[in-house]
Amino acid sequence: MTPVLKIEDVWKQYRLGVIGHGTLYKDLASWWARLRGKEDPNAPIEFSSRSNGGGPDRLWALRGINMEIEQGDVVGIIGSNGAGKSTLLKVISRVTGPTRGEIKIKGRVASLLEVGTGFHPELTGRENIYLNGAIMGMKVSEINRRFDEIVDFSGVEKFIDTPVKRYSSGMFVRLAFAVAAHLDPEILLVDEVLAVGDAEFQKKCLGKMRDQATGGRTVLFVSHNMAAISQLCAKGILVSDGAIAYQGPIEEVVQTYMDKVTEDLEQEVVFPDRPGVPASFTRLCLLDEEGRKTAKFANSSNVTLEIEFMVREKLVKDHIFVLLDRSDGLLVTKVSDDDFGHSPPEIRYPGRYVSQVRFPGGILNEGAYRFRVVIGKRRAVQYDSQACGFFQIEDTTDYRESCFGKRNGAIMVPVEWRHLSGPTDS
Amino acid sequence: MVSETHTTSLSQTEQEAEWTTIIRPRHPWLHLNLRELWQYRDLVALFVRRDFVAQYKQTILGPAWFFLQPLFTTIVFTVVFGRIAKIPTDGVPDFIFYMSGTVCWAYFSACLQQTSRTFVSNAGIFGKVYFPRLVVPTSVVISNILKFAIQFVLFLLFLAFFYYRGAPVAPNLGALLLPLYLLQMALLGLGCGILISAVTTKYRDLMLLVEFGAQLWMYATPVVWPLSQVPEKYRILLALNPMTSVIEGFRQGFLGRSALDPDLLLVGWATTLTLLLCGLVLFSRVEKTFMDTV
Repeated sequence: MTPVLKIEDVWKQYRLGVIGHGTLYKDLASWWARLRGKEDPNAPIEFSSRSNGGGPDRLWALRGINMEIEQGDVVGIIGSNGAGKSTLLKVISRVTGPTRGEIKIKGRVASLLEVGTGFHPELTGRENIYLNGAIMGMKVSEINRRFDEIVDFSGVEKFIDTPVKRYSSGMFVRLAFAVAAHLDPEILLVDEVLAVGDAEFQKKCLGKMRDQATGGRTVLFVSHNMAAISQLCAKGILVSDGAIAYQGPIEEVVQTYMDKVTEDLEQEVVFPDRPGVPASFTRLCLLDEEGRKTAKFANSSNVTLEIEFMVREKLVKDHIFVLLDRSDGLLVTKVSDDDFGHSPPEIRYPGRYVSQVRFPGGILNEGAYRFRVVIGKRRAVQYDSQACGFFQIEDTTDYRESCFGKRNGAIMVPVEWRHLSGPTDS
Repeated sequence: MVSETHTTSLSQTEQEAEWTTIIRPRHPWLHLNLRELWQYRDLVALFVRRDFVAQYKQTILGPAWFFLQPLFTTIVFTVVFGRIAKIPTDGVPDFIFYMSGTVCWAYFSACLQQTSRTFVSNAGIFGKVYFPRLVVPTSVVISNILKFAIQFVLFLLFLAFFYYRGAPVAPNLGALLLPLYLLQMALLGLGCGILISAVTTKYRDLMLLVEFGAQLWMYATPVVWPLSQVPEKYRILLALNPMTSVIEGFRQGFLGRSALDPDLLLVGWATTLTLLLCGLVLFSRVEKTFMDTV
């Protein structure tokens, strides 16, 4: 198989903070002081603690990346935030240059780092399709050919000749994605752009991505959505701290990532004070049935989440929402403090509050989970949202006789069997 | 980590020839990828269209603004420099003298100021997608030619008016050199603009100097005064400012009066090409990594 992308020992360094000192005058002053052997009057007083080699104000975002992608590969690039995934895509798509190393590319590269790049609000949808398409690398003749397909995919046919500034945000995103989805590059880089639009549109985009992926095109896909990545990609690359931690079949890579994630379980998390906000969370912790702080639970035991929050302005009819996420991104449930007949206080006066919400045991399957909490009104208003660390639901043999490792599935509920009939013994 | 195995059947250069793009940290001094710029010509055209259209959409007067600007400027100059200050204008009616100057200067000034903001005003789009960065200044220079064309028509109308009224204006074959003057202004505006653009990615305060500097530059150029007023031995010095020979040349062709001299033209072009070269060198050094500092 022919390699279409080869990354050879690529390093990328960023300088943190304000580059130079921001103005020519200050830089000249510093230079003059250094020349005279005096101390630089504009040097920062303390050094950043994020120095990981290269000095106090430099950060290696990519370290010695070596990668070879063959034609037709659909590769998922995963890693925690700040690992360097987006930087890697930026360097491959030439938005910024590498500090060291070489990148060899065969064919046209199109990157979807953002949807709607270059859209001008005064131009109509039609004009923006051409502009956006050309910016992404299409020729006008290509756009002409695919124009109808693009408009059809976006669903904004009726408004194609109105200026884009009149579009709703949903229409805007659909149009922008429609153009992007019809690029025809040899290599396609996609960075989290699927996180836009409503559910129906997301399904359409996923479908289109799948078509691209199966059409023999080479795709590099960065996302936090493990489910989408596992579906679309065959191979995976795990990026951690600027270097490649693991490469291989996608299932293995995803598993390695999730194992790393659940290595740090936290039973309690404290948040800094946020004085300007009407309400904010100060502490989240997990308690077992005896009220002890823990991060591991048997699947039959109840899980209690204790929420401590500060209210600074009187809250009227505001609610606390609790979301339960599985470590691969699946939202298990979302509950509100007035569900199931509960009546939270309608008015919350300023002060410190502690609330607890108990999730009954015997439902969740093994795995790592995490709570997210939001305080605000139903849809529009959110004063604060935070997440606690991961906690683990562990399989305990009080449910199963045989223990062959983790069973797949989202839930593990006690079911009842009744064997009604069978052949009688002869 | 993927280990590299070099295939022994293909030589290094043959292998390299397979790749369409190789990204390296450093370019040679002057990395002018004109072929790539040509591949993106559709984009240049679309940018030109966007700049032109977006400017006058939703304005009452629309494209008429392109007429009004030079008209008003010329009127002001005529009153201030012609009537009040009484600066001589080479024997040519002062209105048309000033108009010839402003029409040319407006083109150059627009090119200079807009290209000098290339990186800063397009940081958003440059940060998300790749296309040859030169596309933006190129499209600026071309879209301003369209505006120049509109203003030039206005100039021709007034010229015809003065001519038929019997004023001492003598358009001649020198007018055919207009494309050359335009080219020079374009290259000069492009060169200086991208030079400034490259420098201001790091030092934003220099941007404030550009507008101010352009104004000063105008007064140092024979826009509101004729070169003939300057003693001959100093003219060559003034010719280091390429706009001097451009405007005098323009006046020579359309009005028939100027202090133009082939020496001055040569000096002007020499400066233009030097500035263009410096601009391109600096630009190509900055364009790879400016996104990290802009």
